[in-house]
Amino acid sequence: MLRGLLPALSLALVLIAIAWLNPRAISYFGFNLMLNLAIPIALATIAQMFVIAGNELDLSIGTFVGFVGCVTATWLRDAPLIGVLVLLGSIGVYALLGALIHLRNLPSIVVTLGMSFVWQGLAILVLPKPGGKAPDWLLSIMSFKPPYIPFPILAALIIAAIVHFGLMRTSYGVILRGSGGNAAALRRAGWSLLRTKIVLFALTGLFGVLSGMALIGITTSADANIGNGYTLLSIAGVILGGGEFVGGRVSPIGAVLGALTLALAASPLLTFMHIPPDWQVAANGAILIIVLAARVLISRRER
Amino acid sequence: MTSVRTLLEKPWIWSFVGALVVWLATIAFTGGYGAGGMVTAALSLAVFTVIVGVGQMFVITLGPGNVDLSLPANIGLASAVAMKVMGGSDSMIVVGLLAALACGAAIGAINYLLIWALRIPPIIATLSASFIIQSVDISYGRGLQIKPPPGFADFTNWQVLGIPVLAMLTVVFTVGAALALQRMIYGRSVLAIGQNIRAAWLAGVHVGRIRFLTYTLCGALGGIDGALLAGYFRGANVDIGNEYLLASIAVVVIGGTSVAGGKANVPGVWGAGLFLVLLLTMLNTFGVSAGVRLVLTGLIIVGVITAAGGEKAVR
Repeated sequence: MLRGLLPALSLALVLIAIAWLNPRAISYFGFNLMLNLAIPIALATIAQMFVIAGNELDLSIGTFVGFVGCVTATWLRDAPLIGVLVLLGSIGVYALLGALIHLRNLPSIVVTLGMSFVWQGLAILVLPKPGGKAPDWLLSIMSFKPPYIPFPILAALIIAAIVHFGLMRTSYGVILRGSGGNAAALRRAGWSLLRTKIVLFALTGLFGVLSGMALIGITTSADANIGNGYTLLSIAGVILGGGEFVGGRVSPIGAVLGALTLALAASPLLTFMHIPPDWQVAANGAILIIVLAARVLISRRER
Repeated sequence: MTSVRTLLEKPWIWSFVGALVVWLATIAFTGGYGAGGMVTAALSLAVFTVIVGVGQMFVITLGPGNVDLSLPANIGLASAVAMKVMGGSDSMIVVGLLAALACGAAIGAINYLLIWALRIPPIIATLSASFIIQSVDISYGRGLQIKPPPGFADFTNWQVLGIPVLAMLTVVFTVGAALALQRMIYGRSVLAIGQNIRAAWLAGVHVGRIRFLTYTLCGALGGIDGALLAGYFRGANVDIGNEYLLASIAVVVIGGTSVAGGKANVPGVWGAGLFLVLLLTMLNTFGVSAGVRLVLTGLIIVGVITAAGGEKAVR
């Protein structure tokens, strides 16, 4: 019970710390600023969550987000049809990777590490120098200012709700998670493991595309390295959100909360605490370790 | 014929065949020019991948999920520590190497401590640790522009008859690692844990101690690698170890070690290390752009792994 609340508790803790250090930050504009990058981080975390649900890991999501960003800032604006086709094609590549990993029984860590080079190379080929510009429609979506609720929070709620419904409340969602929980049982029950793996990887590709587009909608221009940090952030977000590496135990709501926690802890909290930027990466690591330690303590008591 | 067949059945032979093919393709392109120099250069650069590759191999052999993602950060920090301790003076070379070794070993020990105390998957433990190490390195190594002592820089670049001395020493080290793996209780225990951790525990293997030793060993090798890299490239750098995350895992897998654990292969690490370095040399010789080079490197790694295929599940 307590364990399920841990992601929300960690987020609350970070929020309380921010409120205490700088009360003015807890406002409509404050959240808009602080959670600026939360939407792409949340989407990348959800992407990572899908592969983790199938007991795999995607070490290429960061460079993939960067590649999508470069396509968004160039082709999607100048030649929308080609842009859309390239992005759909890249989701297709993800689906193929899922098939390849399943059919040849390959370690996803190595395959996706290799792919991370491919996406980075393609990103450099698409956009050799930082630049480009986001399509106007994307810019206006990302600068949407709903009344009362800051847009990042609204978007996070919508993302969490949709994915939660799809993965946790539909029958095929159960099958998808089951492929990570007990693959042998699913196969004996007549489900195609090849298909679940393809679907999970395609979903990762889809949310990777959404993440890259959201990112460019905020930063307005792209750079081949823009997404590199997202690989580690997304894995950390899933784990912070209560996900496990094996057993198909993931939580979409937790993953979004984890992403928000990381987005807040990564820079606003540290800035308010006057911690130099050098230590921001360390703070992410420390938060991860603290949350995991808390989880161990709680699990031990609940046993 | 039988000897050829037994040779072809060795899992490590393919990495050497790959290295040979890439080398031949390159000298065919240059018309034979620079064939020897290329081997020398490949050997000097492969050394750094082989050293961390062996560490990573022992860790991966411990079984599914065991992998050290902190190596790049570890290498970066150790390179800074080594350069600072040596302070550019020849008399401090040994002390600096020991400091880098100790720094790496400490990181490895901390990694295992996190895995053991928090009972978290090694991927997340070494990942969280690497975040922290990276920050320590950025803060510690800021503006660090200490050149390696001349004696140390010369040593890392020293060649005899076109063969880097460092490569010879690394061959000796890898032979030692192979013996440790196949003939010593430590290595056999690592293999046993990788095959079935519970069975190994029931058979009386000190599972905790062996895993602790393995992570510490891998960390220590990362530390030494950092010091050597700083000597070879004339200075420490936060990003000096970045490429060794992919490289260390790739050489292990391409070299015929099972990612599922319990089956390791030391010669393959050399073959795969040479293959990767020669591949880069080839792409540079062909004069392709950075983007194309990255794409091809990635595709070839994915291709090689697909061709080598995964293990059929035992259970």
